[in-house]
Amino acid sequence: MSNIGSYEERRKNFTWDIAKEVLNWGEEETLNIGAMCSDRICAQGKGDKKALLWQGFGGKKKEYTFNDLRLLSNGYAKFLQDLGVKPGEKVCIFMDKIPALYISFLGVLKMGAVAQPLFSAFGDESLEVRLFSADTKVIFTTRKHVKKVRKIQDRLPALEKIVVLEGDKSKLKGEEIYFDVEAAPVVEEFEVYKSGPESPSVLHYTSGTTGQPKGAQHAHASVWGQALTSSWVLDLKDDDIYWCTADPGWVTGTSYGIIGPWSLGITQCVLDSGFTSAAWYQFIQENKVSVWYSAPTAIRSLMRDGEELVRKYDLSSLRHLASVGEPLNAEAVIWSEKVYGLPFLDTFWQTETGSMMITNFPGMKIKPGSMGKPFPGIVAGILDLQTNEPVTEPGTVGLIAFRPGWPSMFREYVKKPDIYRSKFVGAADDAMPAELRVDESLWYVSGDRASFDKDGYYWFVGRDDDVINTGGHLVGPFEIESALVEHEAIAEAAAIGKPDEVNMEVVKVFVTLNPGFEPSDDLELNIMNFIRKRLSPLAMPQEIEYSKKLPKTRSGKILRRYLKALEWGQEVGDLSTLEDD
Amino acid sequence: MADEMKDMVLEYVVDEYVDEDDDIDVDFDTPLISSGIVDSFSMVSLKVFLEKKCKVSLPDKEATPEAFDSVNKICELVRKFQG
Repeated sequence: MSNIGSYEERRKNFTWDIAKEVLNWGEEETLNIGAMCSDRICAQGKGDKKALLWQGFGGKKKEYTFNDLRLLSNGYAKFLQDLGVKPGEKVCIFMDKIPALYISFLGVLKMGAVAQPLFSAFGDESLEVRLFSADTKVIFTTRKHVKKVRKIQDRLPALEKIVVLEGDKSKLKGEEIYFDVEAAPVVEEFEVYKSGPESPSVLHYTSGTTGQPKGAQHAHASVWGQALTSSWVLDLKDDDIYWCTADPGWVTGTSYGIIGPWSLGITQCVLDSGFTSAAWYQFIQENKVSVWYSAPTAIRSLMRDGEELVRKYDLSSLRHLASVGEPLNAEAVIWSEKVYGLPFLDTFWQTETGSMMITNFPGMKIKPGSMGKPFPGIVAGILDLQTNEPVTEPGTVGLIAFRPGWPSMFREYVKKPDIYRSKFVGAADDAMPAELRVDESLWYVSGDRASFDKDGYYWFVGRDDDVINTGGHLVGPFEIESALVEHEAIAEAAAIGKPDEVNMEVVKVFVTLNPGFEPSDDLELNIMNFIRKRLSPLAMPQEIEYSKKLPKTRSGKILRRYLKALEWGQEVGDLSTLEDD
Repeated sequence: MADEMKDMVLEYVVDEYVDEDDDIDVDFDTPLISSGIVDSFSMVSLKVFLEKKCKVSLPDKEATPEAFDSVNKICELVRKFQG
């Protein structure tokens, strides 16, 4: 029997207070995610239960119980307090998927600071933009990644401390601090910060079409949505071994790679080594993974490596599979049912929503290729592309939108109230974020297009903007273009998403060259590596097209949508604003 | 010729993926993908490098993390498609 039982019954009788029942929550308790994922589980008598089974490069392994999480997160919390960090200040966690990432995340929250995890493959420019925007006070990193921080620290006035948590202590420079929590004195008791539902918790950056990435600020109340969806959609049960393959530098890795499972006291495992199909299957076999939450890009890579490889491993422990990041194609759902005996259930949500919004549920009839149905308590709609009115006719493509008010919803874009307001259809010009996020007469617009069918299943169509979804990660074209024009050879640039069989989209750029530069193989490689190092491997163009001139509006703005339409073989639409030749 | 290719690939990997202060010695057999020196997304630029320098087309199906996991494996793959 699944945790959700009947989807239809749950929708009829839903309140978010059910999350409190699932967690056995007492109203006198302090709503602090860091403590809920560690101290609270120990207080339930599960201190000796395994919380984290970790494996890194070279087969290195470590295990932590919930009591270990409690003590070590106390250690990080006290360390930050001793450093002078105040509640509400931002602490960035910039490292690979090592245990310190997961445990320090809890410690940051326990002492009331805001956890700002960032993807460790970010280059120095991507890192700088996000730290500068957030006024980040402290960064936790490792010897492997601290060199990127060194390159930018002089341009980050708010950054007071650089703390290295792993690696060779003797290689530290300047005022960098080394802190090894496992070697530090044990902090048996730590007075957890008395956060409330609206206290800021986690900050994730997300890319848009224009401008630099925006910081989506979440609050401690998000745990209600994350715990309940973990229970009802991921169907996590007390004896499960759960594997979320996402990196906590992105929202899936925190909502469902830390908060959801650990608030429920579930054992989870983490593999921090490069992707190979064989290594993943070996990991599932060794750890007896029962619930697996992954991404379409990975699933399609596993498909590519074929069924024969699957048969070499004992994957009989698996009982439930789910997917997130980009739409899961029907072929992948059918293939997984054939080779694993279980379909991957697609789930749809975003950095801003904080938890799953439209999903397939255990026990529900799966229509391969569909996003599923709205989570109980979520009011979803499709808005007409012209009028923004909800459509009623099945099959009509429009914007996916949600009525505000679910607990995991982001509270603001850091320092960008106007952009926050622009996400709500019907918002008054002077409405503040705190009003918008609870006004159930508005629609929060996701930026994705879809339709629903006569049975109420949603079907993804595509993005409503120019943001590139590559391997489930959103990359902003503006960021790439801004970095490209800093390359000495490039005069102008436009970045678009190009269709890709495995990653859904990859970055393609169109560039014009400065005088004295000619297209060549060496220049192409040089540009690719320039972006890879400055931004990230995700933002690296996989194709570069040289042009004499880029299409522009009469006001001089590059017409990305025109280039994208040509690339995708779509109608180019209204070109009345196109600059004449 | 084979050794020249190995030297060229090794030099590229060291120049592009290893920092001076990384304290990592990369040789022809050092794991690249499974050790984290090259992440799977960055494999693409390595593939482009090989295709352009070695005048070869590597099918995506063959350009797997396993096939790119060391300089020796990479050169083996390239030779297979050089005919």
